[in-house]
Amino acid sequence: MKSAESLKTSDAVQYEGGDYDVIVVGAGHAGSEAALAAARMGNKTLLVTISLEMVAFMPCNPSVGGPAKGIVVREIDALGGEMGHNIDKTYIQMRMLNTGKGPAVRALRAQADKHAYHRQMKLTIEREPNLTLRQATVDQLIVEDGVCKGVITNTGARYHAKTVVLTVGTAARGKIIIGELQYQSGPNNSKSAVKLSENLEDLGFDLERFKTGTPPRVNGNTINFDETDIQPGDEEPHHFSFDTPDSQYIAVSDQLACWLTYTNPTTHGIIRANLDRAPMFSGMIKGVGPRYCPSIEDKIVRFADKSRHQVFLEPEGRDTDEYYLDGVSTSMPEEIQNKIVHSIKGLENAQLMRPGYAIEYDVVAPYQLHPTLETKIVKNLYTAGQTNGSSGYEEAAGQGLIAGINAGLRAQGKQPFVLKRSDAYIGVMIDDLVTKGTKEPYRLLTSRAEYRLILRHDNADFRLMEKGHAIGLVSDERLAKMEAKKAKVAAEIKRLQSIKLKPSDEKVNTFIEQHGDNRLKDAVAAADLLKRPYFDYQTLLNFIPAPQDTLDRHVIEQVEIQLKYAGYIKKEEVKVERMKRMEAKRIPADIDYEDIDGLATEGRQKLEKIRPETLAQASRISGVNPADIAILSVYVRQGKFSKKGEQE
Amino acid sequence: MVNSEADTIAAISTPVGEGGISIVRISGDDAIKVAQRIYQGKNLEKVASHTINYGHIIDPDTKQEVDEVMVSVMRAPHTYTREDVIEINCHGGLLATNRILQLVLSYGARMAEPGEFTKRAFLNGRIDLSQSEAVMDLIRAKTDKSMKVALNQLDGDLSRLIRHLRKDILDVLAQVEVNIDYPEYDDVEEMTTKMLKEKATDIQQRIHSLLKTAKQGKVLREGLATAIIGRPNVGKSSLLNALLHEDKAIVTNVAGTTRDVIEEYVNVNGVPLKLIDTAGIRDTADTVEKIGVERSRKALDAADLVLLLIDNSAPLTAEDEKLLAATKDKQRIVILNKTDLPSQLDLDRLKELVGDAALIETSIVKREGMDQLGAQISHMFFDQGIESSQNNVMVTNARHIGLLHQANDALSDVLKGIADGMPVDLVQIDMTRCWDLLGEITGDSYQDELLDQLFSQFCLGK
Repeated sequence: MKSAESLKTSDAVQYEGGDYDVIVVGAGHAGSEAALAAARMGNKTLLVTISLEMVAFMPCNPSVGGPAKGIVVREIDALGGEMGHNIDKTYIQMRMLNTGKGPAVRALRAQADKHAYHRQMKLTIEREPNLTLRQATVDQLIVEDGVCKGVITNTGARYHAKTVVLTVGTAARGKIIIGELQYQSGPNNSKSAVKLSENLEDLGFDLERFKTGTPPRVNGNTINFDETDIQPGDEEPHHFSFDTPDSQYIAVSDQLACWLTYTNPTTHGIIRANLDRAPMFSGMIKGVGPRYCPSIEDKIVRFADKSRHQVFLEPEGRDTDEYYLDGVSTSMPEEIQNKIVHSIKGLENAQLMRPGYAIEYDVVAPYQLHPTLETKIVKNLYTAGQTNGSSGYEEAAGQGLIAGINAGLRAQGKQPFVLKRSDAYIGVMIDDLVTKGTKEPYRLLTSRAEYRLILRHDNADFRLMEKGHAIGLVSDERLAKMEAKKAKVAAEIKRLQSIKLKPSDEKVNTFIEQHGDNRLKDAVAAADLLKRPYFDYQTLLNFIPAPQDTLDRHVIEQVEIQLKYAGYIKKEEVKVERMKRMEAKRIPADIDYEDIDGLATEGRQKLEKIRPETLAQASRISGVNPADIAILSVYVRQGKFSKKGEQE
Repeated sequence: MVNSEADTIAAISTPVGEGGISIVRISGDDAIKVAQRIYQGKNLEKVASHTINYGHIIDPDTKQEVDEVMVSVMRAPHTYTREDVIEINCHGGLLATNRILQLVLSYGARMAEPGEFTKRAFLNGRIDLSQSEAVMDLIRAKTDKSMKVALNQLDGDLSRLIRHLRKDILDVLAQVEVNIDYPEYDDVEEMTTKMLKEKATDIQQRIHSLLKTAKQGKVLREGLATAIIGRPNVGKSSLLNALLHEDKAIVTNVAGTTRDVIEEYVNVNGVPLKLIDTAGIRDTADTVEKIGVERSRKALDAADLVLLLIDNSAPLTAEDEKLLAATKDKQRIVILNKTDLPSQLDLDRLKELVGDAALIETSIVKREGMDQLGAQISHMFFDQGIESSQNNVMVTNARHIGLLHQANDALSDVLKGIADGMPVDLVQIDMTRCWDLLGEITGDSYQDELLDQLFSQFCLGK
């Protein structure tokens, strides 16, 4: 029998595993997108994951989308990513949120069958011609002269590549904490990756420690649903991908419902009585947790006056009766978790299947990244997802796509791809991360986007498909379909602008007066009538001829939005236009901030740390004041740092 | 908010307070358009380049003439900044120059940063490379100096007022954002356009009053010191309560010399009032004799404005006459209260004693006459210019006034959007703009504050 010594992974004899264009480490939501994008761009790609059972796994909530996040999924789809297709094939409930509000903030959210989601993504990856999927743990990067050239696995394989993408998530020196118990672990009791973190530190990376958590799961057969409120899906069809036809929509009767219940003073009493056993408060947890997704013990302490908190019971899939208790994320001891769960209405007899836990993990402080997501410390190395300090499947997938695209472009010797804040939520997110950094796991919110009326979920195809096509991720056919839609929208708007309704039109006047408005005095274009709050497109058709071809609802939606909100859209476009001049002014990569007289000390330090790529990015760094920007712009124009004459 | 090089900028380009003529310079794509909006004379958009034009600066809001001016129109590229440049030569002294700059800043330009004209000249290739070091020195030097000036000008009380405004707007914004980002979170009221309209109207009124006082060149530090006097049972307490009821009062305890004096602040038709010695009025448990003339007299000494109450349902007493005589030289409003009861008093005699001062008839218990009282206070303050004995804060800073104007416009857009039936999250765009503009006055930034507010105020999960 072998001794325990010889079982150490470091003893594996190394061998040459092969050459690739792009290697992606980690196959979560970021890694899956990165690998598929790189491969579909024509790169020979290797995707390495600790466990094949964890490909695109959802270790936390079984859902995709929601405000801001749902728009990211549409953006991923428009750029040629996979998340939209994958959720459309595996959802168990679909809901449009914020339907009572304006078009900019409507948000699609799906409940996912998390096992089907994983299987579907794994299958898609397996069937991708240029892509190899392999189970292994990456212990080390191969770095020569500051350039990443491959990876070494625990099984001794040396894989070589032109570029490497790290999307290691919470596996990075992950540690699970449940009450007094703590142990090395990745998400959902998978293996954690310890050596890679050590290797990154040796390479000079500044790693931070973040914390996140997940609630307990219970057996649905032991839930008394009669005591809870049902939350069904939508009748009206919706999909994430622009490709999925309405005909594929699952009827509400075949969707699975979610259920709503609440915590109560008894629950809160149990938690309060046991706070000394809560790792959050005992000092055991050192990582920084997210404010927007607090644990239940955190909610009780910070919002002591609230007598109840919502708990959503969400099914984890069709072939399981396991339920996710959304709202009671916790790292209390299992004994207390049982009591907490049983104190909640409808869950009195619920059987705990998995306890909730907190997990601490390593994050590459994102100031060390370029907007391409390439690291500043090691060339040809890219990072994405939780590794960069974000949180959420959609945020991870969005970054993974961009990292994969840029790793693929670099491998092909092409120019990098960066989305601006005015292009996409993905652009907002990456700019926030690399420019401002984050003190807690970063989640996208609509309020982070200054141009949110332009960054809608309904126009992601218009915004981004051409870019996806240029990269090679969107087919000619798909692009043509989008352009045809765009043309139809433009034609119908033009038609509505040309049709005039006259004051003598009694039918329309009667309708207008019914809504408390004044009769028409002059002829009014149909397009202008549509701007009135009591008109929508279908109503308008009662008074004007219908278009020759019947328009599909997505075209109609665009016509309505573009006409009704024209004034606001215009205002945001003006704002975008004003920033363009600053976005276009590039700061050369080799600029020496020490050489610039007159910069304030704080401004100089921040500029040196972040090393922004444009004047616009520089202006968004906190601590860099307008005078610093003025001086910097003069200095850049002066061009004395660069003999190549990079300035325009 | 990032200042863009695409903005049109303006500043007074002559040393302040020296010489008879001063120049307001505007540079940028919209320079001529901005000037045209406040100028009466030839159409500046049509005159030849490098011409000087005689005319008048008119405030488009009030149609009042501000100054007689000469306006130089210089089109790009043969200008100092290589952009379109306007120079307004003003004759009317510092106040008029400042006023013109305010107008320029209210109608589309933004205040130039220190050295920004020179910076643009350099960036646009007007100044050669050898001079660029000097440009950077200039920016730094001017910034240091102007920072000090700006800090001095941003008086603690103005910034406190603006911060209050911003706090109120922030509460609104946070609530809207929570509705958007956490639509299933049921513990927060859905912000409706109706509620938003109330908030926007309230905030706009407060900005209006700031702008109104700014127009007179002042913002009151603490409000007009106002004394409510009259003999017992005439309705002082009712008036106090009525005023407080109209406005959320801020009550502060000021440690006095002999006892705590309570001061309460109210805002009547945009006029901030500091009600003095309200404790004396409230103190009904005190023996009635104490609340007589002597007590009122003390309040009188400190008052900028006196509200003197007379009882309509009783004959004039000697005490009334004493009070009328004692306030003769004060800014006062005489209030004939209890008009709901049969009149027992010699009105002619009263009118004689009141003289030129305002006489308002009220029935405070029935809430009659309160509007007239408010209107009178506002009239005396804004039109007749009663002054506060307290220290005045000068908001002569044209940049602040320009920003306040723009913030006001943003609120008008909010209200227009609501009237047009736009959804809350679109109207929010203009509300946010208002917030940003006020933040430019105090130098606070948007996003982090909003997120902090969001997560500290609401317990968010899903």
